[in-house]
Order: sequence, then C-alpha cells, then structure tokens
Amino acid sequence: MSFWVMFRLLTYREGKKMSKQQQHWEKTRTLLFITLAIWFVFSIGIFFFGAEMEASSIRPLGYPLSYYMTCQGSLGIFVILIFWFAGRQEKIDEEFGYTEREDD
Amino acid sequence: MFKGKFIDNLPKIYGTYTGGFIVFIILMAIAEQAGMSAKLIGIFFVAFTVLIYALIGYLSRTMQTDAYYVAGRQVPTVFNGMATAADWMSGASFVAMAGGIYFKGYGYMALLVGWTGGYVLVASLLAPYLRKFGCYTVPDFIGTRYGGNLARLSAVIVLTVASFTYVTAQINATGTIASVALDIPFEIAVYVGLASILMCSMLGGMRAVTWTQVAQYIVLIIAYLLPVFWISNKMGAGVFPHLMLADEVARIAELEAQFGLGEVKNSAADLKQVPKGLSGITKAHAEVNTTPWKFISLAVCMMAGTASLPHVMMRYFTTPSVKAARRSVGWSLFFIFLLYSSAPMLATLSKLSLMDPNLATGIIGKSISEVQAIDWYQNWNQANLMFVSDFNGNGTLELNEFFMGGKAVVLATPEIAGLPYVISGLVAAGGMAAAMSTADGLVLAISNALSHDIYYKMINPRAETAKRLIVARVLLVLIGFAGATIAALEIQGILGSVIWAFDFAMSGLFFPLVLGVWWKRANAQGAVAGMLGGLIAGSAYLIAVRSGYPGFWGVTQLTFGIVGSLVSLVLMVVVSLMTKAPDAATQRMVDEVRIPSGKAILGKQH
Repeated sequence: MSFWVMFRLLTYREGKKMSKQQQHWEKTRTLLFITLAIWFVFSIGIFFFGAEMEASSIRPLGYPLSYYMTCQGSLGIFVILIFWFAGRQEKIDEEFGYTEREDD
Repeated sequence: MFKGKFIDNLPKIYGTYTGGFIVFIILMAIAEQAGMSAKLIGIFFVAFTVLIYALIGYLSRTMQTDAYYVAGRQVPTVFNGMATAADWMSGASFVAMAGGIYFKGYGYMALLVGWTGGYVLVASLLAPYLRKFGCYTVPDFIGTRYGGNLARLSAVIVLTVASFTYVTAQINATGTIASVALDIPFEIAVYVGLASILMCSMLGGMRAVTWTQVAQYIVLIIAYLLPVFWISNKMGAGVFPHLMLADEVARIAELEAQFGLGEVKNSAADLKQVPKGLSGITKAHAEVNTTPWKFISLAVCMMAGTASLPHVMMRYFTTPSVKAARRSVGWSLFFIFLLYSSAPMLATLSKLSLMDPNLATGIIGKSISEVQAIDWYQNWNQANLMFVSDFNGNGTLELNEFFMGGKAVVLATPEIAGLPYVISGLVAAGGMAAAMSTADGLVLAISNALSHDIYYKMINPRAETAKRLIVARVLLVLIGFAGATIAALEIQGILGSVIWAFDFAMSGLFFPLVLGVWWKRANAQGAVAGMLGGLIAGSAYLIAVRSGYPGFWGVTQLTFGIVGSLVSLVLMVVVSLMTKAPDAATQRMVDEVRIPSGKAILGKQH
C-alpha cells in the first residue's frame, strides 16, 4: 500500500505556480508519507528481523526485543505517532488558514 | 446535581458512573464474604450492568436523523475514543486474545500489532476526510464521491458481508457469557444477549450506542486490568506487571526446558481423549516461532481491515470537527493499548502460575490424583475448559498431559490464582460489555446502510424523517434476529470469523475508500470493479483454500484479504484509466474534502 503512495510521490510533477490549496495538499501529502514510513518500519519492517531481534542484546525492561516490540513497543509507538501526526496536520491547516471555526 | 448541557457534564456523569460501579464491586465483595453464592454474584454482575446500558439506551432515544445516524456530531474527542475502543474490542479481544497468546506466542501476537497499527492508517488516510465529507454511513461516502446507485449498492454489499460475519461471532459471545453467568441454555441465552443488544441501540441509534459504549468501555477495562494487577502483585511478580515481568518471561523459558517442552509428542490415540477445543502448551512462550512473512501478512491484513471496517469508521463521523476526528483516533488507540498491552502480561502470569512448582498454584509435576482433587480444576473441567490425563502412566502430571481452552486464560486465571469470586463475576460482566458493544456497532452499521443507502437514497428518497427512522429500527431488529439465528447454529469459532470479517472488508473496501480521497482520477466504474472484483476474488480464494486448494504466496484462509485487495487495486486502477475521468464537479468535491474548513459536502440533515 505505501508503495503506491511512494509511487505517487515520485511521479508527482510540481507545477510552476501552485495555488494555496495545492501547496496545502503538497505539505499534507509529505506529512502522510513520513507518517506511513514510520508506520511501515514499526508494523512491517522490523518483523522481517524477528530472529535477529530475539538474539539482540538490546533488551527493553529486560524483555527479549522481539517479544517487547510485539506486546508493547510497536503499539506504544503507534499511539504516539497518531498524536504527533494530528499535531503536525493541525499546524499545516493553520498555516494555510484552513482551520475550522469553533462553531462549525 | 448536573446543571447545564449534557455534553459539558460528561466527565462528571461518567465519573459518578465509574464511582458507582466501584462501589457496586465492593458491595458484591462484602456480600461474598457474608456468604452470597457464586452463582448469584455472577447473575448480579451481568444483570446490573446490562440494565444500566439499557437505561442509557432509553434515555438517549431520539427522533432526529442526525442524532440517530451520527449522534448529532457532538461527541467530544476523548469520549469518542472510549466509545471506539469499546466498539472495537470485541468478545474476541477480551476473552480469546490472551488465550491465543498463551498457546501460540509470538506468531499470534501479529494480531496485536495489526489491530493497533491499522489506526495509523485510519488517522492519516481516511477518518478526517470522511468526517469532512459529512456522510452518515460509509456507503454514503462511496455513493456520493463516485456517483451512482451501483457504487453505493456495491459498498452496501461489501459492508454487509464483512459486518455480518463479524456480528454473528459477537452475538455468539454474548450468548456464551449469558448462558454461563445466568445459567440458562445457550440457545435461549443467545436471544437474551440479542435483547440486551437491541435495547441499547433501537431507540436512540448512534446516540444511544455512543453513550452505552462509553459505559461499556469503563466496565471492560476495569474488568481486564484489575485481575492482571492483582495477580501480579499477589504472586510478587511486580507492582506494575507491564514493566516488570521480564524475570517471569525468562522463568517460563527455564521451566519449559526443565519440563521438556516439545520432547514428548502425544500419540493420536491419546489426543482423541482430549475434549474438542482444548489444547496443550506446544510452543515456547516468548520465542520467535514463525516466519517473517507469516507474521507480516497477518498483520497487514488486520491493519488494512481495520481501516475498512465500517463500524469503526462511522464512529469518527460523530465528532464535532475534522480536527477532533483526527485526535479522536489517537485517543481510541490509547484506550485500546491499555487492554492490548495487558493481554500478553495476563498470558504470562497465567502460564507461570500453572507451571511453576515454587508457586502454590503450580500443577505441572504434581501427581495426577492431587490435581484432579483441586476445586478449580473440577469446576473448569466440568465447563469443558480443562483436562488432564496420565498418558505415560507414571502418575505425575507432565507438561504434555495438561490441556486447556483458550477462553480459560481470561476466565479461569483469577480463580486459579486464588482471587475472590467477585473478580470472576466482574470478568464475566467485562466480557459481556466487550461483546455487546461491538455487536451494537455492527448491527447499527448494517441497518444504517440498508435504511439510509438502500431505502432512503435508492428506493424512496421522499420518505419523511419519521418513516425513515421507523424503517431503520425495523431493519435493526431484523438483522439482530438474523444474526442471533445464525449464531445459535454455532457454525464457526469466534476468532476465526472475526479474522475473516477483516479480510472481507479489506478485499472490497480498502482501496475504493483510500483512492476516493487520494486519487482524483478514480471513477465510479473503477470503484465498482474494485469493490465487487475484490470481494469475489477474496471469497473465491477462501472457498478454494477451505476445499483443499494449497494456495499461493503462503496466503492462508486467515490472510485471503491480500489476494482480494490486490485484485481490487489492479481492477480499480485499470478500469478507472480505461473509462472517462470523473467530471469537474466531482474533482472539486475531492478538493473540498481535502481541506478541513468550509462546509461539509453533504448537509447536516440529508
């Protein structure tokens, strides 16, 4: 799936003059790409190396790394990632004046 | 006591509710000391909580469409997070997950990663945009974005297949718990469960479901965490189990070696004696025991399925703003994390308390007759969840001679660890809350799609509000009964059908939803091809594998969504590019969806 996004990003040609809305979407898309890259690493990437993680000398809180990532590590990172993403997206929306009014 | 608007008083109301529930637990504990029977405690716990949910459902009754379909779009971020967590965590998460981890270890924990990682996709790809759209249901988005009744109908079909597969499992779970706690036959208990589910949703639709789900989350999280912390402290394993069980995990590995895990294989004749559904410990607790692809493919299916399941997505239609929808996804995952990160700890504590000869509760290595005389063993043996047999005839219980049902890890561990019975009653109430809240969300998702998208948008667009809402309720009851009838047949296990639901949703809806926001060129023809083609390809693969076809790429009946969604993606892109681009109005609509400010695409009442 994220390969698709990557493909779209690589094939996207930047126009000479971008409207406010295009710039906003451009930034939104970059943020999406970064978010999905981090997501990819912790949901898929590291699990290619299950055996290596198990043998690793890095042992968070004393647990084997493979065990720790599946039961706490990745899960916690996802929680933080979503809040970070939400905060960044709010900044982008603010920058271009697309923030919703409170009474909307 | 509560002046002013209901919404402003939510923290106070649910604070009081939580306090009241804790007082109820304490009262039950006192009653137990005073000699109240275990059965009566179980009945009190289940009946009391279900009555409270029904009361909330009654108080939230409504005759307005936006209240019925999207709770009036005023559910605050944190509360929507709790409601989504309850909506999300089903009987499978509550009762079966710790058991799965107990028996299958690392390979099973792909589900933990998948069922949480999916929320990153929900937050970044879909939820805020669908909230901006202003739709009532997921097919409402598909139908308006792509245009045409065929697209809308296809989305309703995929939604119904996926959600219905899921809901029979949940009604089955409510039936199981109700039949144990209230001591009535399963075939009747299923309908008792259904009645409680309908009481929460029928009068108030989404509004009622929202406020009961918050109440159910509070019950289920207390019911899950209290025993985990209590057992951990009682065993002296650690004050805060999540951070302190490393030694216990290592100790289990040590005991596995000592008891010769996997050295003795049981013969087929021996295994025949073991009751159906029970298994022994055959896999090491914390070892990496699966190939990377098996782990990753299962996680990927659960993640894409999470982002396509309509009963989750529609929870984010109820927030006051796009910004709130985004933050609300974060809160949802936080509340889910509280339970999911505890499941492996419960599995660890449960396994150690049964295995460690240094603990009073350890049974491996004791004599068979001694184990058979233990009270809790007799109880759970009678419930068909535990079994021992002296295969090698040496009179001692070996590791390969002890069998347990997956559910027992959550249901029986408190009793094994010697906690008072009041905790077991609490756990039953928690399991009931988990199954009910998910069933409510699912039944509502299906009936809303049928009443709003099929009846109102396609059959009778001039129907007045009162008539629409009556149709919605009639459908709700019919779907509930259909679900219960199939649940009563007990065709498949709870966990298997839950995983299938994710694969169905992913096959048909993932790419049509995502590309609807992220690819302007996607058109109606492509979307219809993607939805129907994906669903058909996925289902065909599932049927083929179940009837003996070996499959390819290591895709099993648990991960058939990979095949379905790939077919869906290819069809959608190819057919879209071969047919006309969407008109200018649709393109403008997509532009409009991509910014949070401004009017919703669909009006407040539509």
